[in-house]
Amino acid sequence: MDLSIAALLTQDGITNGAIYALLALALVLVFAVTRVIWVPSGEFVAFGTLTLAALQLGKTPGTVGLLVAMAVVAGAMEVIACVRTGETRRIPRSLLVWVGLPLAIAAAVYALAPLSAPLPVQVLATLAAVTALGPLMYRIAYQPLAEASVLVLLIVSVAVHFALLGLGLWFFGAEGSRTPPFSSFSFSVGAVHVNLQSLLVVATSVLLILALYLFFGRALYGKALRATALNRVGARLMGVSPNFAGSLTFTLASLLCAFCGVLIGPITTIYYDSGFLISLKGFVGAIIGGLASYPLAAAGAILVGLIESFSSFWASAFKEVIVFTLIIPVLLWRSLTTTHHEEDE
Amino acid sequence: MTAPLLEVADLSVAYGKVEAVHHVALTADAGRIVTVIGPNGAGKTTMLGAIMGLLPARGSVRYMGEPLERLTVEQRVARGLVLVPERRELFAAMSVEDNLALGAFARRREGERATKATLAEVYGRFPRLEQRRGQLAGTLSGGERQMLALGRALMGRPKLLMLDEPSLGLAPLIVKEIFAIVAQLRATGVTILLVEQNARAALQVADYGYVLETGDVATHGPAADLARDPKVAATYLGIKAA
Repeated sequence: MDLSIAALLTQDGITNGAIYALLALALVLVFAVTRVIWVPSGEFVAFGTLTLAALQLGKTPGTVGLLVAMAVVAGAMEVIACVRTGETRRIPRSLLVWVGLPLAIAAAVYALAPLSAPLPVQVLATLAAVTALGPLMYRIAYQPLAEASVLVLLIVSVAVHFALLGLGLWFFGAEGSRTPPFSSFSFSVGAVHVNLQSLLVVATSVLLILALYLFFGRALYGKALRATALNRVGARLMGVSPNFAGSLTFTLASLLCAFCGVLIGPITTIYYDSGFLISLKGFVGAIIGGLASYPLAAAGAILVGLIESFSSFWASAFKEVIVFTLIIPVLLWRSLTTTHHEEDE
Repeated sequence: MTAPLLEVADLSVAYGKVEAVHHVALTADAGRIVTVIGPNGAGKTTMLGAIMGLLPARGSVRYMGEPLERLTVEQRVARGLVLVPERRELFAAMSVEDNLALGAFARRREGERATKATLAEVYGRFPRLEQRRGQLAGTLSGGERQMLALGRALMGRPKLLMLDEPSLGLAPLIVKEIFAIVAQLRATGVTILLVEQNARAALQVADYGYVLETGDVATHGPAADLARDPKVAATYLGIKAA
């Protein structure tokens, strides 16, 4: 291996790592606020790529059908909940939020599909459609048992993962898709060959991470999510409802996953079931951060990307094995160094 | 005479099959300080939890004439009921100022200027919090934490402020300071429901008192009368009846 190959592998590793980092942040965020281990995050990544690919082919993406179906279910659940608690006055507003908004997004994407709109517009449509799935899924699958234990929520997550796999096959079909790169421009710095595409991916990830940092540090809603993660009872007593925090969290997390899907599309072919493996790599990153620390999770994800890219060069048949074996020393180190402490007041 | 701000009638709360509060009745008139005293395990905290909506309960709780039973905790907070719980429930890994900012979360639609004004008011009342504004809440001393919990509650501009054992675990001097602040709050027009084991301090600051024993209201009356009641004095004030 010479320098140029090492540089290429590093560039590949950091590019993939930047995508895994977004995923890892989404996983840490979801776990911290709602205690859900978000297994189906990978499906959101895959749906992101498949939606953009369909839009580029001028076809209606399966996301439209999925949005309509989930909006109908969520709307029905809201109406039943309102009738049960006797708050029939809230039904119109609930329907507007849970049915009207997703249907409007679905309609817009449907109308946009045959127009062969410019790429940025298609990307925006993809992000909107996939992001809208997040809160709907929270409303349908997680909110009814938000108080359940972490284990129950994990079981629900696995169920949602399989359900979305089936629905993904139904709505998107079995064919794989790959989106064209945003830019094929490349330049050389000495012996090192740099793709503008890779730079774009890394820059997008960095910008998103910066935006998240500002949101959680400055915005009241970001602070409310942090407060919920730190102390659920305390947050409720301030008027932060766990349902509100949960759907806001899932909106943010699915936005991150949609970005992952858009960014990963030009790198690898994505099938309806490709998401799981990608999300597992995000998980390894998140676990390195103990499912709690955002910077460590992002750094861990970059490490996963680098290890993956170098092991694909040295032992390409074992590249997944090597990446997932990484979790064992990490867990050992974590279990030896973490002291279990009671939450202090 | 206007309707009382808070009217609790026939309130029972059970943990599983064990009933911790039986058919309790209690009223708090607007602008008054009402205290509930009683020994450990009398059901005081449970009662507050039920009024706040944290615990399921039977019976009726009316606030400003409106029944609260169907409202969630968050909806009650939005209507001006604020609880400072026994465990404080601060956001330990967040700064003092962020904790205070979240106290005004229910008022987020009123705009930044309104919450800024309240923040200045709270800092005026607790200068110590302003000195510690950038510090993490988890690093504060016990007394400062109680001040932060109180300040955070005041950020929501409560109409009914419920304090659960504000003197718990604090040094006597700080207890005095906290009770002085509670007494000053009366001037702002807020109604206070004060739950305390420290009966002497509570009865000094309150207008009206209830004595809760093993889930029942044992006696109630104006705070000054309760403090003179020989039975109350013997049990809770440590004074032997002559």
